[in-house]
Amino acid sequence: MTALLTITDLTHTYGQLTALDGINLTLADGARHAIIGANGAGKTTLLGLVAGTIRPPSNGRIDLAGRDITRLNPTRRARAGIARTFQTAQLVDSASAADNLILAAWHHTGRRSQWGRARYRRLAARSRSFLAQLGLADCADRPAATLAHGQRRLLELGMALAGRPRLLLLDEPAAGLTPDAHQQLLTALRGLPTQVAVLLVDHHLSVVTALDATVTVLHDGRTVRTGPCSQVLADPAFRDAYLRTAPAVT
Amino acid sequence: MRVDRSMRQRRRGVAAAAAATAAALVAAPWLVDDYTLTLVARALALGLLAVSTAVLTGWAGLPSLGQVGPYAAGAYTAAHLARGGTDVGVTQLAAAALAGAVFAALVGAVMVHARGVTFLLISLIVGVVTATAAGRWKAVTGGTDGLAGIPPIRLVWSAPPLTSDRAVYGYVLAVTAGLVAVTVAVLRSPAGLLLAGCRDNETRMRASGHPVNAYLYLAVVGAGALAGAAGALTVTATGYLSPADLSFDTAVLVLLAVVIGGSTSMAGALLGAGLIVGTRDWLAGPWPGHAPLLLGVLFIAAVYTRAAGAITHRIRPPWREAP
Repeated sequence: MTALLTITDLTHTYGQLTALDGINLTLADGARHAIIGANGAGKTTLLGLVAGTIRPPSNGRIDLAGRDITRLNPTRRARAGIARTFQTAQLVDSASAADNLILAAWHHTGRRSQWGRARYRRLAARSRSFLAQLGLADCADRPAATLAHGQRRLLELGMALAGRPRLLLLDEPAAGLTPDAHQQLLTALRGLPTQVAVLLVDHHLSVVTALDATVTVLHDGRTVRTGPCSQVLADPAFRDAYLRTAPAVT
Repeated sequence: MRVDRSMRQRRRGVAAAAAATAAALVAAPWLVDDYTLTLVARALALGLLAVSTAVLTGWAGLPSLGQVGPYAAGAYTAAHLARGGTDVGVTQLAAAALAGAVFAALVGAVMVHARGVTFLLISLIVGVVTATAAGRWKAVTGGTDGLAGIPPIRLVWSAPPLTSDRAVYGYVLAVTAGLVAVTVAVLRSPAGLLLAGCRDNETRMRASGHPVNAYLYLAVVGAGALAGAAGALTVTATGYLSPADLSFDTAVLVLLAVVIGGSTSMAGALLGAGLIVGTRDWLAGPWPGHAPLLLGVLFIAAVYTRAAGAITHRIRPPWREAP
């Protein structure tokens, strides 16, 4: 299978602090990959380097479908097919949930020449069915600022998918969710399109297992273990050291 | 889109207020004297400048004190065209808008990389430099004497010049109404949604593939064109151009008009400008030299009665309906 994302010898430092040290990672189309590790292990820095919000890296290279994207800005990376969610949901608060999805899809669908209301209407119709799939049909016309935390998380996930990405970056999507919202999120994650590769950062065991992801364990910016989810999670030492189980969720 | 009762009531209120204001403006030539009519015409021109500031401040999230820059570029372009014999209003207006847009394009190339207080400070520098140049660049601006003896405009090439205050007022009102209508139409289109997205969450917009700086640059250039047109209208309304019209005071007053009217409301910006011109030039008439004091009282009253921005909720056109 062709490699979609190839990270080669990626190193990043903040002054004297080495956040990432020689990371190598390869994701195929449709792969599910989780990065786990304690706070300060370098997980979010890795995601930021792939998304382009942190750039350039101190050393190393990032390729997407064979194209060097190491120095591209986030806008260009998004157009190349990388979508992401953030630790804190990033939405356009004054716009409705439907308009948020339209904004997310605007540059990824339709012809450039179709500018204006016709394109808006077409995307609006699509966004409503999308919201229904996410269980947010009732929120379509509500400003994003009025949504509950869990709804904001789901909407952000929907926004990331609305652009039909090739690679989806999820930064602690379960953080701060209630048990009900957590369950809703797991359902949404299990239903992610199979052709979309997912790179996930999370502490929650339930989220990692829901995706049945290949797991890479980071410690002090270095890879200490990579393997199938079942093998890594079966090791009590790794579970205790790096994972937080989500109570009341199985 | 589900439209509830309160929304319908609000829309009726908005429509009624807009209709009453429009009727008063149309009827003004038959209701007020020539001096007051000229004041209203000046207020409309300043209101258009406030609209351009509201586009930047309220919609693009770029609070600006520098809109007097493109305003001055437009005003001097129109004044020199008129003095050079090009007295057709539409030509002056187009040239002034172009001059404003070019000015904004030049300074905007630098400004759009800044945000928040940094943007405000850069725009402050633009405003101060513009005011200084207007006072000192005598060959172009006439120095502190300004440019006087600007001939009246003609609507089109073969038409007679607009010499009466009523005719000039009608022209200024029609142009302002047309340009505000175009601005509102643009902001109620998906372009307005894209700008609001940049204002609310730049990080999300970039992560969704939007070229945020390019959008903001277009907003700066568009607002510059509006400000340039406002400059031409000021020249048309007054028949002269003084550096005092382009001073830092003007930049501050326009920004405050936007604050009073509600930063996302075009009608609010116009009303805010009307309140300021009315207070400064009409209400202050019986108390010469006390205009700054009255303006201060107006601003304090706006803040302490929580009136600042309240107009937004009353007369802002309803957000475009979802299908």
